[in-house]
Formats: sequence, structure tokens, C-alpha cells
Amino acid sequence: MHILKVIKSGLFTTVQDLGRSGYLKYGVPFSGAMDQFSLAVANCLVGNDPNAACLETTLIGPELEVLRNTQITITGGDCAPKISGASVSMWQTLSAQENDLISFGRMQSGCRAYLSIRGGIDVPLILDSRSTYVRGGFGGANGRQLKTGDMIEGFDVTSSINKYSMPEELIPQFKNQIRVHVILGPQADMFTEEGVATFLSSHYSVTSESDRMGYRLEGPLITHKEKADIVSDALLPGAIQVPKSGKPIIVMRDAQTTGGYPKIAVAITSDISMLGQAKPNDTLEFCEITLEKAHEKIEEYNRVMNNLSHTLIRG
Amino acid sequence: MQREKTAHTRYLPFGDSGLLIEFGDMIDLKTNSTVITLNDAILETNIQGIEELVPTYRSLLVRYNPQEISYEELLYHVKGIEKTPRPPTTREGRQTVIPVIYGGEYGPDLEHVAKIHGLTEEQVMRLHSERQYRVYMIGFIAGFPYLGEVADEIATPRLETPRLKVPAGSVGIAEKQTGIYPCEAPGGWQIIGRTRARLFDPTQKPPTLLEAGDVIRFKPITEKEYTALTTE
Repeated sequence: MHILKVIKSGLFTTVQDLGRSGYLKYGVPFSGAMDQFSLAVANCLVGNDPNAACLETTLIGPELEVLRNTQITITGGDCAPKISGASVSMWQTLSAQENDLISFGRMQSGCRAYLSIRGGIDVPLILDSRSTYVRGGFGGANGRQLKTGDMIEGFDVTSSINKYSMPEELIPQFKNQIRVHVILGPQADMFTEEGVATFLSSHYSVTSESDRMGYRLEGPLITHKEKADIVSDALLPGAIQVPKSGKPIIVMRDAQTTGGYPKIAVAITSDISMLGQAKPNDTLEFCEITLEKAHEKIEEYNRVMNNLSHTLIRG
Repeated sequence: MQREKTAHTRYLPFGDSGLLIEFGDMIDLKTNSTVITLNDAILETNIQGIEELVPTYRSLLVRYNPQEISYEELLYHVKGIEKTPRPPTTREGRQTVIPVIYGGEYGPDLEHVAKIHGLTEEQVMRLHSERQYRVYMIGFIAGFPYLGEVADEIATPRLETPRLKVPAGSVGIAEKQTGIYPCEAPGGWQIIGRTRARLFDPTQKPPTLLEAGDVIRFKPITEKEYTALTTE
């Protein structure tokens, strides 16, 4: 069932859900929403499963024609959305009528926004997920970003749901300075003490060489003890590799699954959604955290997610 | 021997959801065997809370759900498994044969590889296809197998300037490694041939033809045979 038609594609708009897991050993990365929290909330607000497929926009959003009455929600970075020219709120259930035009303004904060439709976007499940993996050419809309003229299909739902909104205090604030909690290692011992101290005490800016695969950072150089290469081993999103140049690279959701640079630290799971909203010129600072604290934060995050349906405000 | 292995084994946290077990920092059969043996032993044990395992040349990443198992518990289980002596896993029974057409437009670097080693193209082809290779790991791009090791006589450094596009199915050499590009991708390996074997298909489970620990052999084929495979 056609729900939306792409009038303008925007800078880089893809279909994403929470991603695919269990395929790293085959060289298949997670993919999925860079900001998992915002995607899950967008789904809850239209009564979908948190893992339903949505659109992920990047900096410049698309223009979409509504082909059939539906309900939508827009979450993520503040993208000043409009429906047929009238500004609409984010983080709440909205009605979209046939012939409406959904458009996005200049990104006020963050980097990525999520648009959910009631029922979820209907694209084939590839390796258990509807997420687009552009480099591999599969998932989402034929393995690529959306282009003008694409039709977006939705699952058939007959009923509409009551309107809900996210309580103000639970809406994440995306700032230009992001504090990222990390667990040092697994190869922090390949760096000098000074190198590790530099990493933990400096500001690093996100360069324009940043995408769903990872972010190249600019800032004070991190020195290796001797060699700057390792025999390739596994990578996970959040891993911070430092090649010979001394400039760190943060691995994100579409990254290759193995890499040959030593990893000085790994960002904690509950900070990766925030990191997924970083854009060029934002600055990052890294602070060390214990494994125990990181696990508490995961628990807290899961608690928020599990209670979401009770915390949303009616109307 | 056992003590030496333990001395080199390192258990390291990889963020808040990973345990990395390192067995040194080298590419060799013995190290990789240790990785694959531990990989298979953990899979057999079926520990609650383990999400997936990623075997590589010389380390094994265990991704876990900290809501289901603590790092300490996981460490305890995995160390127990690692210390239990067991015969190395062999997958000799699963040998895959990869038909390859060598040289010409399919292997633009075969001539160069032959030349720098003072060999004929024939000889390179024979040296490359006469031995069995082990899949050390899958990485770089979905389904790309890192295979080792080629004979010293044909080990060749990567191209100085990587190609922007290497066609799908290309078989290459990089130092002592050989590998196969599952899809078109940029790359710097010396391309000596091409196969029609489908190494990656995301619509299948598992999505790859090969897995870490498998053994393969290349079988030289003629252009006629290659074309026949193409039109199949």
C-alpha cells in the first residue's frame, strides 16, 4: 500500500529499523538507526513495535507527498518539520492527509531525524532487518538511499490510534558539544600514557569525513608506543580506532566488521544514540567510566524504553 | 606448550557489551586454529546471554547482553572452556572448491605477479591452485574471505595505488594472503583471476558461502568453462 511519494530525496534519506544482529562473522554490520532511541520513540508514538522501519534523514530532510491518510511522528534532531506549509511539533502523533506535503526545515540541532508512519514501512526483511546497508547494496529501498519518485509502502492498518506526545523532560537535547563515556581498551596499552591522557583530556571535532560508517575526528594527536597497526580484529559501533596519523576514528553502525587499527577505547552503548546525532564541526570529549557504571546506564536506558508506553502523554 | 598459550591469551573488555580474547598479534595457522576451536567450543556450550561470536585472525570477540550475564560470569565460563583441553576443530570435510579463470582480462595483475617473481603465468597459476587454504576470517566487506597462506614464491605486496573498482568475483593476492571480492569494491590486492562462485547472498541464511575455519581450494578453469558458468 503506497503511503508516501518522494518529491525530493533530501541529502541522505534511508529506511532503517533497529538493525540486524548476529551477522558480524559474515562481514555484515548492524546498520539500523544511528539514533536508536529516537527511532524507537517515533514508533511508539504511532503505536508501532519499537523495531518497525522508519525513514532516517540526514541534515537536509526530504519532501514527501502523502498518498493516503495516515498518522506519523517525527523525532530525532530538531528539523523544523512542516505539513503542507504549517509548522508541526516533533515527538508527538500527527495526522497526515492525502495530498499533504511533508517537508523539513534547516536542522536546528542534531544531525538525523526519524519519520515513522502508522503500521511501519513495508520493505522486505533481509537478514532479519529492514535496515538499508548502502555499502553492501541491500536492505531498505533496494539497498540504496531514497530518490525522487520512490514510493514508500506501509503495512495495512485500518484503525488509527489516540494521539500521544513525549514528556518534555524525556526529549533528548542534542548539543554541539557532546560528552562521550568510554571504556578504555581493548588495545589502550598500545598508546603512550601521554597519548591516553591526551585522548581523555582534549576536545575533538567531527570532520566532514563522517557518515553512517564512522566519524573521522580532528584534534590533538594521540601517540602510539611503537607500531600503529594490528593484525585485523573485530569492530563494534562505538569503537575508537587510532591509525598512525594519531587522529581518532569512531566506528558507527555501517562500519566494516574488522579493522587493522588499535582501539584506544569504546563508547558505551547508552551514549551511541547521542553520538549518532553528531554532525561535522560538533566537538566531542571523552571521559572514562567503569564497566559497572556503563551496565547501570544500560539498565536505566532499558527501563526508560520499557516504560515508554506508560510515560507518553495522551493528547 | 599449554603454558605458552595461556601466557599469550589476553581477556579484554571491548566496551560494555564485548569480551575480546586475544591470542597474540600474528597471522598464522596455529593462532587462528586456537581462535576457531574456542569459537566452536563456546557455541557448543550455549551460554545464556551471549549474542554472537566474531572470530578473526588472532582473536575472538564475544558480544554479550549485560542484562543477561555479567562480565565476570562470562569471563569465568569462557576461561573454563578455554582451559579445557580439546582437539582442534577441523572442517576438512567441508572443503569448498572455487573454480577460477586465471589471467587475461579476468586477472590483470597475473603478468605482473609472474614477472616480479621471475615465474611464468602458468607457474603462478599452479602455485596458487595446488594448495589448500584456510579461511582465517570474513571481513572488510560482507562475505570477503581472508585466505592463507600462499606460497612464498608468489607472495606479493598490494598495488601502490588501489583500484577504485575491483569486479565481483576477483581473486587477489596481498602479501601472503589471498582473497575473493564478493562484490564490486575498491581494493588494492593483486588481481590474478576471477570466479563465478557466489560468495555472498543476503537473501540466504547463512549469507556467505564460506565461514572462518573452512578450507578451500582453487580450481583453474578455461574461458569456455567460465562462460558456461556465466550463462548457467
